[in-house]
Amino acid sequence: MKSLVELRDVTFGYGEHPVLENVTFRITEKDYILVIGPNGGGKTTLLKLILGIEKPWSGSVTLRQGIAERMGYVPQYATLNRNFPISVLDMVLTGLVSGSTYLSSKHPSYRERALEMIENVGLQEKREERIARLSGGQLQRALIARALVSDPLVLFLDEPTASMDITARENLLDFLERMNRDMAVIVVTHDPTPFARTYKHILCVNRKTFLHGQGELDSHTLEMLYGCPVALLGHGIPHTLLRDHESDGDR
Amino acid sequence: MPLTDLLSYEFMQNALAAGVLASLLCGVIGPFVVTRKMVFIGGSMSHSAFGGMGIAFWLGANPLYGALVFTLFAALALAFSGRKETEESDLYIGILWAVGMALGIVFIQLTPGYVPNLMTFLFGNILLVPRPDLLLAAVLAAVVLLSVFIFFRGFVAIALDEEFAQARGLPVKALHSGLLVLVALTIVTLIQVVGIILVLALLTLPVAVARELTIRFPILMILSVLTGTVMCTAGLAVSYVMNLPSGAAIILVGALLLAALKTVRFISLKKRGGRAVP
Repeated sequence: MKSLVELRDVTFGYGEHPVLENVTFRITEKDYILVIGPNGGGKTTLLKLILGIEKPWSGSVTLRQGIAERMGYVPQYATLNRNFPISVLDMVLTGLVSGSTYLSSKHPSYRERALEMIENVGLQEKREERIARLSGGQLQRALIARALVSDPLVLFLDEPTASMDITARENLLDFLERMNRDMAVIVVTHDPTPFARTYKHILCVNRKTFLHGQGELDSHTLEMLYGCPVALLGHGIPHTLLRDHESDGDR
Repeated sequence: MPLTDLLSYEFMQNALAAGVLASLLCGVIGPFVVTRKMVFIGGSMSHSAFGGMGIAFWLGANPLYGALVFTLFAALALAFSGRKETEESDLYIGILWAVGMALGIVFIQLTPGYVPNLMTFLFGNILLVPRPDLLLAAVLAAVVLLSVFIFFRGFVAIALDEEFAQARGLPVKALHSGLLVLVALTIVTLIQVVGIILVLALLTLPVAVARELTIRFPILMILSVLTGTVMCTAGLAVSYVMNLPSGAAIILVGALLLAALKTVRFISLKKRGGRAVP
């Protein structure tokens, strides 16, 4: 499999405290990675390093040529200004604005592409709705449409199921499974259980990273990672992460 | 004298031109200030301008140039202090606000001879805008409008979702700093119309009125410009007819417009049995 993103010996932190140390791993085409770990373990930071939002203290993040413009990102929606006066369609169109295109005018085909993505996530009836009026699940779908509109080769999602009920979550999982036929999917999550049938690798992040294949994880590894007992459901992934570890989560 | 005859006077033509320029700027920049939650950054910049005006007056220069230098300095200082609502940036917003005012008071006091009326600086007087200051305002307005036209998509992207914009490779820090500089230029123009203290109202009231009428950002900008124009021209007329200070009259016209719209909306929602959505 061709490598899309490769991290070598990456160390990064905030202030003087390292959050990630000597991280080395790569994302290949059509991979499906769950990123798990305790609060403050560095999951979201890892995503930000890959996306170029943060720069590593040392080590390197190498992207395959041309992929920088084709990385879809669905942030935790706390980062979105929900009161901004914008329709779903216009918000999805902002997914086509990038460092190299923000000075140019909109291409006529952009609108068609955005409408197609809105239809893909089942929000066609809400396309002219103001984003402030969407429910949590609808907004999540709109954010996914915004991430997909740039035709990504890799899609990153940060806690995508946090505000979803069971039905919405199941729909999302089916959708991501379909997307995974054409692109790599990387999901940061506190609760990997729903992804049991779809994931290909699990990346455990707690200052260091460990990549596991499907079914490789055992309770011992997870207890080492979380520092507490973790119940297992099956499929080699944890059913519940019993508690957060504030002592690990200062950063 | 009828209001229409007043238009033959140069001071009234200047006042109207200043009002239109101010409306254009507050309508174009105000929506970004409000959606980026930069209202108090604007307040800090406008009050720091008073320091520049005081020093310029003491040096015998045009106070507007002093205001320009100080607001630009404040914009860059705030850009340097960080773009998120952190304790650090909040601290500098307060410091620049107070130190600017203190410097202004001290230097005006130190100026020998005629001491200008502080009220003119603090509350502005649109009827006293001289032609050279109007030309400077026109140049500043042209710079602001052209910049917003060029960087519009970038400014919208950072106002909507800064983290996503960063992930898409937009120069977020540069765009934020640029926006602060444009706010500074806008404030210098608005100071002539409503003075240092009332600038905040001209940055926010037209947006608040326009928000009652649309959910689209570009239309919000257009409606903000129109609201600003109504505020400035009607305020000017009210000021003349009732012999009131022009800056205060302009702001109060805007406040009345907002109150009227809110009331109409409230009554219509009550009739339909609904509730307001932000």
